[in-house]
Amino acid sequence: MLLIPCPWCGERDEDEFTYGGEAHIARPASPDALTDAEWADYLFMRKNTKGLFQERWMHAHGCRRWFNMVRDTVTHEITAVYRMGGKPPERTDS
Amino acid sequence: MRQQAKNHPGGGKMMSRYSVFSLIRNAMDYHEGWSRVWRSPEPQPSYDVIIIGGGGHGLAAAYYLAKEHGITNTVVIEKSWLGGGNTGRNTGIIRSNYLADESAAIYEKSLQLYEGLSQELNYNVMLSQRGVLNLAHNLHDLRELSRRVGAIRLNGIDSEILDTAQVQAMVPALNCSPTARYPVLGASLQRRGGVARHDAVAWGFARAADARGVDIIQQCEVTGIIRDGDAVTGVETTRGVIKAPKVAIVTAGHTSHVAAMAGLRLPIESHPLQALVSEPVKPVLDTVVMSGSVHVYVSQSDRGEIVMGAGLDHFTSYAQRSSLQEVEHMMASLLQLFPTFSRLRMMRQWAGIVDTCPDASPILSTTPVRGLYVDGGWGTGGFKATPGSGWALAHTIAEDRAHAINEAFSLDRFTTGALIDEHGAAAVAH
Ligand SMILES: Cc1cc2nc3c(=O)[nH]c(=O)nc-3n(C[C@H](O)[C@H](O)[C@H](O)COP(=O)(O)OP(=O)(O)OC[C@H]3O[C@@H](n4cnc5c(N)ncnc54)[C@H](O)[C@@H]3O)c2cc1C
Ligand SMILES: [Zn+2]
Repeated sequence: MLLIPCPWCGERDEDEFTYGGEAHIARPASPDALTDAEWADYLFMRKNTKGLFQERWMHAHGCRRWFNMVRDTVTHEITAVYRMGGKPPERTDS
Repeated sequence: MRQQAKNHPGGGKMMSRYSVFSLIRNAMDYHEGWSRVWRSPEPQPSYDVIIIGGGGHGLAAAYYLAKEHGITNTVVIEKSWLGGGNTGRNTGIIRSNYLADESAAIYEKSLQLYEGLSQELNYNVMLSQRGVLNLAHNLHDLRELSRRVGAIRLNGIDSEILDTAQVQAMVPALNCSPTARYPVLGASLQRRGGVARHDAVAWGFARAADARGVDIIQQCEVTGIIRDGDAVTGVETTRGVIKAPKVAIVTAGHTSHVAAMAGLRLPIESHPLQALVSEPVKPVLDTVVMSGSVHVYVSQSDRGEIVMGAGLDHFTSYAQRSSLQEVEHMMASLLQLFPTFSRLRMMRQWAGIVDTCPDASPILSTTPVRGLYVDGGWGTGGFKATPGSGWALAHTIAEDRAHAINEAFSLDRFTTGALIDEHGAAAVAH
């Protein structure tokens, strides 16, 4: 079980959160201009990183705010949390 | 050249057949004369086909390549021990009652192969067709299951609906009281469904593939995939470079990770899935009970343990670790269904890393890299598919194009939009 440091509420039990998957996937500015392959890449293709991973979480049973987190998907160690729209800290593999 | 490598250390070229006679013969030697079940050869510098991943699917593909297509110059490379991935971690449930025509075709092919597998491999995979029940707890469940049963029967697959009394007669320990937290309004039943011994499936395929000349290399991790332009030419491993014009990625939870070595992006996310077993008890449950809406699947092993599967952890992970909240959640539901299980002590819990696709269907496909194939994305339910997947992958490798049975499971479908939505797969994740 993860102990997740919500940037607004502090450390809380994983059960209070919902998961939002890979972070920093920008919605294409003009989807009409994309090829099917580019659209598929945006919609479906994921890094699924083994190691340090930037991902989104939402504190569903707390402040209900979204934030980004860097977590090692092998050890589950959480190395950073930062706000939506923020830049990831240096030294993350993906 | 490779002939020599095919000899068994025991001296004989063929594996020894298992039979009542070999049992008696070996009993006279105090069982000290059994030969090894498969060889442990040194990797050769090159092969016709490299299969990455020595789980059930990879081993089955190697076997069917040899048997159906005469391709025996194959190596299966496993980073750990055979079947130590999801093949050795699943709850062993087998069935073919899937909704979509495409799924029905491949899972039914697989079930049919399972039905003859112990004979074919001369290895007891302990297939027990004890039936698989999917419970309905409300009117919506019942209507949905009935609709599925109709569609499944149209595909020629056995399936039926039971009412509450029939379910109770089949599973006396199930709480079918109308005041139960999860009342049982009925169930769908596939009588040909059941369970098999997961390890034996891997071992049986390994032994049969080995006997046909396939090299199986354990404790050897693939660390890179070598490309020449748009074609694959081999792999880098912890035991050196191995060349081949055809390479298949059959690494379940690690599918994206290994595909990235060839520059491929896949629509897969890896999540932990857990299971646990109780102490052994006397026979109490002689079928498989699943419930999609409360997410429980449970059966009793031949040793008497109650075998239970829990849900997916929602975050992605490569740590094969169990987490308490999923187990707690599953247990709470299970005890509502089987109140008597509250006195069972749990013995072991574990997790495997399953590879999930956005449409909950697998990828069994050629790729944009020539000679590179992917068989993954089976997620929470690929044990039942082991022989069928291996059979179809063997065809795909040998012919360099999909068989009709796996054409729809192409990587391409995420671009064309022809997804095969199996999120409700017979109302539960398995
Ligand atoms: C708890 C649990 C319960 C389940 N219950 C069921 C069930 O009841 N019914 C059902 O049908 N399915 C079930 N499943 C799903 C099923 O187990 C899998 O879909 C299936 O076993 C996948 O088989 P595989 O051979 O593709 O993968 P695996 O058996 O995982 O084999 C892949 C192999 O690849 C190896 N590998 C990975 N990376 C590398 C590398 N770089 N180099 C070399 N080797 C590598 C791994 O070590 C592994 O041995 C369950 C899964 C889990 C975890
Ligand atoms: Zn918060």
